[in-house]
Amino acid sequence: METLHFTRPARAAEIQPALVGYVGSGDLEVMIEPLQGSQTEIHIQTSSPGSEIRWRQVIEQIEARISLPAMRMDIHDFAATPGVIRLRIEQAIELASAVEASA
Amino acid sequence: MTAQSKPISKRGGHWFDGLTAGMVTQQAAVPSLRIADGEVAGHACRVLLVQPDPDSHFPRASRGEVGLLEGYGLAAAIDDAIKTDADNPQKRALIAIVDVPSQAYGRREEALGLHQALAAAVSAYARARLAGHPVISLLVGKAMSGAFLAHGYQANRIFALADSGVQVHAMGKAAAARVTLRTEEELDKLAADIPPMAYDLESYASLGLLEPLVEVESAESPSTNDLGKVRSVLVDALNDIQPGDTGLERRLNGVNRGASRLVREQLRTQWEA
Amino acid sequence: MTELTNTALNRTEQLGFIDLSARKRIESLLDSGSMRELLTPFDRLTSPWLEKQGIVPQFDDGVVIARGKLDDKPVVAAAIEGGFQGGSLGEVGGAKIAGILELAIEENRKGNPTAAVLMLETGGVRLQEANLGLAAIAEIQSAIVELRQYQPVIAVVTGPVGCFGGMSITAGLCSYLIITREGRLGLNGPQVIEQEAGVEEYDSRDRGLIWGLTGGIQRFATGLVDAFVDDDVSALATSVRDCLAAGVPTLHRSDDIASPLKRLQQFDTREQIDAQRARFTLTQGKTA
Repeated sequence: METLHFTRPARAAEIQPALVGYVGSGDLEVMIEPLQGSQTEIHIQTSSPGSEIRWRQVIEQIEARISLPAMRMDIHDFAATPGVIRLRIEQAIELASAVEASA
Repeated sequence: MTAQSKPISKRGGHWFDGLTAGMVTQQAAVPSLRIADGEVAGHACRVLLVQPDPDSHFPRASRGEVGLLEGYGLAAAIDDAIKTDADNPQKRALIAIVDVPSQAYGRREEALGLHQALAAAVSAYARARLAGHPVISLLVGKAMSGAFLAHGYQANRIFALADSGVQVHAMGKAAAARVTLRTEEELDKLAADIPPMAYDLESYASLGLLEPLVEVESAESPSTNDLGKVRSVLVDALNDIQPGDTGLERRLNGVNRGASRLVREQLRTQWEA
Repeated sequence: MTELTNTALNRTEQLGFIDLSARKRIESLLDSGSMRELLTPFDRLTSPWLEKQGIVPQFDDGVVIARGKLDDKPVVAAAIEGGFQGGSLGEVGGAKIAGILELAIEENRKGNPTAAVLMLETGGVRLQEANLGLAAIAEIQSAIVELRQYQPVIAVVTGPVGCFGGMSITAGLCSYLIITREGRLGLNGPQVIEQEAGVEEYDSRDRGLIWGLTGGIQRFATGLVDAFVDDDVSALATSVRDCLAAGVPTLHRSDDIASPLKRLQQFDTREQIDAQRARFTLTQGKTA
């Protein structure tokens, strides 16, 4: 198991806590909680060792598509593919941001 | 090593013989079960043992395993005590002598609902405790997995002899190694840091599930001193168990059960919120 | 062809329970809007033992617990996530189930009837937390025996994992047991039996044998469960409510001792057993 941390610039936004996925083989859980300020903190525990570069790439791909809200994001990964990781993170951000849409 | 090549334990039989000398033997429903009624320092009690029955017509339950007959047999013996004492304010104590290598592993067992047979025994022990029967387990040999759940784990107090032949676990080491894809050596190494995985009794004691270990001269075949010592331990426990003491809360105090306590504390706070 | 198409059409009208997460399972069974999850993932009560072994934890430790209502009556509910570590029960997940059952007992003692629904998808004890999983199961069992004196404790086994190990004994203690075709129930998993007893005794690759002996259809036919329903949310929701309405049974299955003991004492073990003989043995002379 490997533990990784990333801090990324983000926009201040009102979000709600959100959780998607589960820690089953080839899957991951992504948990989002609001964070004051203009940063996103990403905490990852993954069963795949030596995956830091891959995670950085996935995060950059997501940033290219979505402007990250300020948040704390926790990830528990059980050997998910980059495609599944992107999907879950985007699902979680969408769910967390639903409060903006409804407000 | 397959179960068939493991030696059959005689420990349970020796301790039962010693502790029930002078008591009245009761006819058990099945040959693998021994029952005796008597008194320990004025406390009425029923002593129960699951022992090997080499002639069992269930071939996968002939070496001391808890199988179909053992589960229902225990349930019948305990249920009988509950019913007999129903109107008696002094409920007899149930003393389980535990030396069970495993539950029975077999096709007949699964097909005929071994889980239900063991549930019958668990239910009977738990109902007895809730009805006010003091329930005490004495671990003299192995206390493994489903077998221990059915015979001993519902007790108010669990005692164990301080001896390397006494072992509590969810799965034998060889099988656990296969299932978790580790070697037995790796398991031992892990167990050094992870008390709930360890096979030694001291680690188990750190979980808070046991009363203080009982030092004896011979765990295999008790001496007169050993029997006297265990009797006095039983008497102390019987004096200690109060009428309203029918739950298992005292098991939550172990050094290595912090999470079990934390979960209950936080849950209660949220429940009442 | 026509038959197949019709089946496929019917399937789309059903909402399968088997594919739902543990959290959704509880939500789908309870009265709409009544679910209040306790100790949510955001409380971060993860296993203290998995990380030490290099295993990625899950924020709810694979167990979801909640208060809610069924037909407007208060209940507690627990569901095990079969996808996380095989639905295995460790210290935290076990304490969540035991803890909420213990609180339900207190409510009943105070005069507030509170029943329980357990969704059991589990291989039993989590071997990485071995003795604490086993201890938790003993405590869950104790709580069920106490709680069911007051109100029904209802278990649901739908697959895909099934209910095995110590938790199959737990299922056997419940007031009512509901199963689907895809559910399985048994003490020992097929691989363990094969390892312990040999492939002639139990061939873990023989799916026909295993499902024939421990699958939902057989468990219902042998009377080891109370209800057999489709893998469908509304069918399960109805069945759970029927069990609740039936109240505490006069005699719990686990306390029916003399009759099964007699059948087993008389059972001829000279030949190996099959599904038909198991049905005959466990039901002969029984009135429905």
